[in-house]
Amino acid sequence: MILEMKNIEKHFEDCEVLHDISLCVDSGEVVSIIGRSGSGKSTLLRCATFLEKIDGGSICYKGETVAHTPEGERPVYIPKKDMGKVKNYFGLVFQNFNLFPHYSVLKNVCDAPVRVQKRDIGEVREEAMRLLDKMGLADKADAYPFQLSGGQKQRVAIARALALNPDILFFDEPTSALDPELTGEVLKIIRQLAKEKMTMVIVTHEMNFARAVSNRVIFMDGGYIVEEGDPEEVFGNPKQERTRQFLAGYGE
Amino acid sequence: MSLTTMLTTMGAGMLRTIGIFVLTLAGSLPLGMVIMFGRKSKHKILSTVVKAFISIIRGTPLMLQLLVWYFGPYYLFGWSIKGYRFPAIIIGFVVNYACYFAEIYRGGIESMDRGQYEAAEILGYSRSQTFFLIILPQVIKTILPSITNEVITLVKDTSLAFTLAYQEVFSLAKQISASETSFTPFVVAGIFYFVANYVVAYIMDRIEKSMSFYTT
Repeated sequence: MILEMKNIEKHFEDCEVLHDISLCVDSGEVVSIIGRSGSGKSTLLRCATFLEKIDGGSICYKGETVAHTPEGERPVYIPKKDMGKVKNYFGLVFQNFNLFPHYSVLKNVCDAPVRVQKRDIGEVREEAMRLLDKMGLADKADAYPFQLSGGQKQRVAIARALALNPDILFFDEPTSALDPELTGEVLKIIRQLAKEKMTMVIVTHEMNFARAVSNRVIFMDGGYIVEEGDPEEVFGNPKQERTRQFLAGYGE
Repeated sequence: MSLTTMLTTMGAGMLRTIGIFVLTLAGSLPLGMVIMFGRKSKHKILSTVVKAFISIIRGTPLMLQLLVWYFGPYYLFGWSIKGYRFPAIIIGFVVNYACYFAEIYRGGIESMDRGQYEAAEILGYSRSQTFFLIILPQVIKTILPSITNEVITLVKDTSLAFTLAYQEVFSLAKQISASETSFTPFVVAGIFYFVANYVVAYIMDRIEKSMSFYTT
């Protein structure tokens, strides 16, 4: 098991965002999370990647407990110095790419492996070029992010995340900031990664894509997991009324 | 007084003016960073004190501050420090400009997209790596025009050192003009300030251009 999140609780001020959410992801699995805006999907990813702190529950990566909540107490995270190792286990692709604008495409991809993982720069460059080639961006290595289209930026962001060799990759609405015609090129890359058995958790509004690419689909609403299962089941024959309503809304 | 004598005398004053200018920048640009960190500190007392201090420095004339720095030690503690005139001028200028720079830095840092911090955090950069490698270079690009404004103001503000009877170019121009009943020293001083600022603007423009290889 790569990721185990159990009984996650999260609230902002007085607003409950996540209620008793559990999410386990096995090696090689592709899990899609669907649901309305504000249903807690992105918050769940942000908790899994420690951009937000949980208010209850536990998070384990590869069997190592990173956060847990003792009975009747606040959650406890492992000390900061041990966090570095855990951060190597996952990557996150943002909706807004968040590339570093002052770095070239190649440097965006190479910088973290060299500076954070202290890997050899020659070897990292070689791997980065391979990744960029795979993303169809080999000719853009020396370009700067402002010179790229949204779809190209997102593919650089994926290469940047992959360069650190994560065990699991999270996508937070990777195509929501893109024009429909650019969406396809990013989805194609994610499909390719799924074929290569990359473990992924994808928050998305692309229903057809989620159905085609995932091993498991999770439907969230109001901070709860309403339905979870095989994509054909969830999309083809949803058990819950709320899921049906949500999917019907998409059909229109 | 011949023109040559006048120019030689004023030339020495110009060097003193440049001295104030260079030392003020060298001191206030880094000190501004320190003050900005204090202002943004999560420590409530520290940030309040720093905020109040910035407010006082920005809310009172630099000329008055120079007098306070110079005469303060004597009137407050009875200290008379030998050769304190020049250090007092530099302290006054550095502290004053550092407060303005601190607010410019703060504005630049707060304008940064949170996503940049989050991306850096996910990629595993440490806090200092994030600041110095990712955030600061972008902040510098953003705030450069505001910095240029301050630097140009500083060139002209150096003339305030005349308050403490320091023989920089403006003081000398006034003295020579009075003793020689001549208008020429003012023209010389004016040309000097203008040329100095022309050079400053040119250099800052070059720095801006060197960062124009990307946009955010």
